[in-house]
Amino acid sequence: MADTNKTKSHKWEMVIDLDRCTGCEACVVACHAENNIRISGEDEASEGRAINWIRIERYWEGEYPNVQTRFMPVLCQHCDDAPCEPVCPVYASYHTPEGLNAQVYNRCIGVRYCGNNCPYTARQFNWFDPHWDPPLEEQLNPDVTVRQNGIMEKCTFCVQRIRAGKEQAEKEGRPVRDGDIIPACVQTCPTSALVFGDRHDPESRVSQLARQDRAFHLLESQGTHPAITYLKRIA
Amino acid sequence: MSSINRDLLAPLQSATPAYFLLLIVLGAIVALGAGAWYYQVDTGIGQTNLHPPIFWGVYIASFIFWVGASHSGTFISGVLRLSKAEWRRPVTRIAELMTFISLMIATLFVFFHLGRVWRWYYLMPYPNQRELWPNFRSPLMWDAIAVFTYATASTIYLYLPLIPDFALLRERIGGWRKPLYRVLSLGWTGTQNQWQVLETALRIITPLIVMVMVSVHSIVGWDFGVSLVPAWHSTIFAPYFVVGAVHSGVGLVAIGLYVLRKIYRLERYIESEHFDKIGKLLVVTTLVLAYLYFAELLTIWYAKSPDHMWVVDALLIGPFAVPFWFMAICIYFIPLATLTNPAFRRWPLGVMLVGVFINIGMYIERVLILVPPLTYPRLPFNWGSYFPSWVEMTIIVGSLALAVLLYALAVKFVPVISIWEEKEGLVHGTRHGT
Repeated sequence: MADTNKTKSHKWEMVIDLDRCTGCEACVVACHAENNIRISGEDEASEGRAINWIRIERYWEGEYPNVQTRFMPVLCQHCDDAPCEPVCPVYASYHTPEGLNAQVYNRCIGVRYCGNNCPYTARQFNWFDPHWDPPLEEQLNPDVTVRQNGIMEKCTFCVQRIRAGKEQAEKEGRPVRDGDIIPACVQTCPTSALVFGDRHDPESRVSQLARQDRAFHLLESQGTHPAITYLKRIA
Repeated sequence: MSSINRDLLAPLQSATPAYFLLLIVLGAIVALGAGAWYYQVDTGIGQTNLHPPIFWGVYIASFIFWVGASHSGTFISGVLRLSKAEWRRPVTRIAELMTFISLMIATLFVFFHLGRVWRWYYLMPYPNQRELWPNFRSPLMWDAIAVFTYATASTIYLYLPLIPDFALLRERIGGWRKPLYRVLSLGWTGTQNQWQVLETALRIITPLIVMVMVSVHSIVGWDFGVSLVPAWHSTIFAPYFVVGAVHSGVGLVAIGLYVLRKIYRLERYIESEHFDKIGKLLVVTTLVLAYLYFAELLTIWYAKSPDHMWVVDALLIGPFAVPFWFMAICIYFIPLATLTNPAFRRWPLGVMLVGVFINIGMYIERVLILVPPLTYPRLPFNWGSYFPSWVEMTIIVGSLALAVLLYALAVKFVPVISIWEEKEGLVHGTRHGT
């Protein structure tokens, strides 16, 4: 018992600095490449069925000609009290001990209640079997399951990278260091608007940023306790 | 006595060419629906027009509608049996058959809806290597249990009063049906003891089934009420769903009574008085439903909480205004304008037509409960729109045809009016018009 307790538990969280986001959507592309997200064509996209685990929401402020665009990256908020979890009749949506909101693809039967109950519309559904035009199927990530027709999927915080980072640390006999584990979107963000890390480590970058005065949570009034902290735009 | 036997057994003893033609036409429509479903399962649930944020569409609306339609039998038959209303006698069987068939159709829609229908058995608590259970915290599990309970109970409730009739049929009807009737009549010979047991059983199950009926549509309502979706998250949903179900269910009974009376010349049994009583019931359900609707809209409108107001605005003056006001005309204005007139209530065709309007309106109502709240999630970037695809519509029409087909077949297997209860009414001497 004592031995296992030595390994400190993690709580994976993200900070998104809206002041730094330029809306370039590099995170969206990185996420597609990393997580074997199906390529939706023009038709599927126009039907509102393009799957993105992270999306840049655009909002306009002001009246023409003084219009300003506001960008807000939105992904699964990995809520501590996730509304998608209790409603799933088969436990396909569940909470990992490290605070991840996980989706068990094998278990999902596609009732889609979780999709309705997510206030962030973060959940995406596979309406058909996925398809990659050659040679795109050659670039599929071997560490990530390809999801079949009829199941829900969503951001996993790149759980395969979290696992790899932890295994590497264990192999080297050291604790996971801040910055060891970086999801694809965070790695790609050119302005470092996205920061990922362990909130149980008070010195991690994500913990320091999340303590700022600018911090807020999306739809905080819903009481979902998201693991993603946004930093308010001041400029 | 003998005229009751003759009149009520007649539908079972012969069939016209028109009847077979009806079966063929209905069968063809059912086959189309089945084909559409096969296509959907084969290619993907994307054959519906669903897309985020609208994950539930007309399949779930149809599920609610058919569970609602199943309240016809239980409400009419259960409540009237409880209150010992004599006029129930020719109505109960027609209504109970509707309950039984509507529930079967409702269950089908659960399967139409599933993304991976071939894994439906994950919903069952079966022993498995991984020791996985279904999640009993999910309203959908409550729903599955409620509908299963209701289906079991209403089958028993349909079957019990059928036993004496099956015994009669065993004596009167030969051919391939005779051995079936022999088994189904459970050795009924009509002894004093058997009658007492049957009456006790009915006395026990009738209040139980009325309670199950209230619970089942409450739980369907809670599928929505307990969610976070704006304009679903409301305490009014459970009572509202129950009353709405009774509203459409009683309307359906009016249609059934009219059609069967017309085809099988049952005017001596189903009289204008019955339509009068049904009409009065419909006025009550109309008023209660309108009251609940008003209460819900008023509280949302007065509070003006934006995420709820988006939905209400869309219904009253926005993109959903046309179906909304059409629905209001069908389920509120038409019943109130017609059925409050005593002379109109005694006009069977009129009451039947009001039943048709109510059911069209209530179907639209089920869609409007579902779609507009899903269309306007709290982050406006994700707002959507939805209209059913041809696959969805084919499946819906196919299942309606299946319901009518099952009813048409049932009419040839069980008497649509409970023969022994008619006779009992004669003995009681309280039935009007005989």
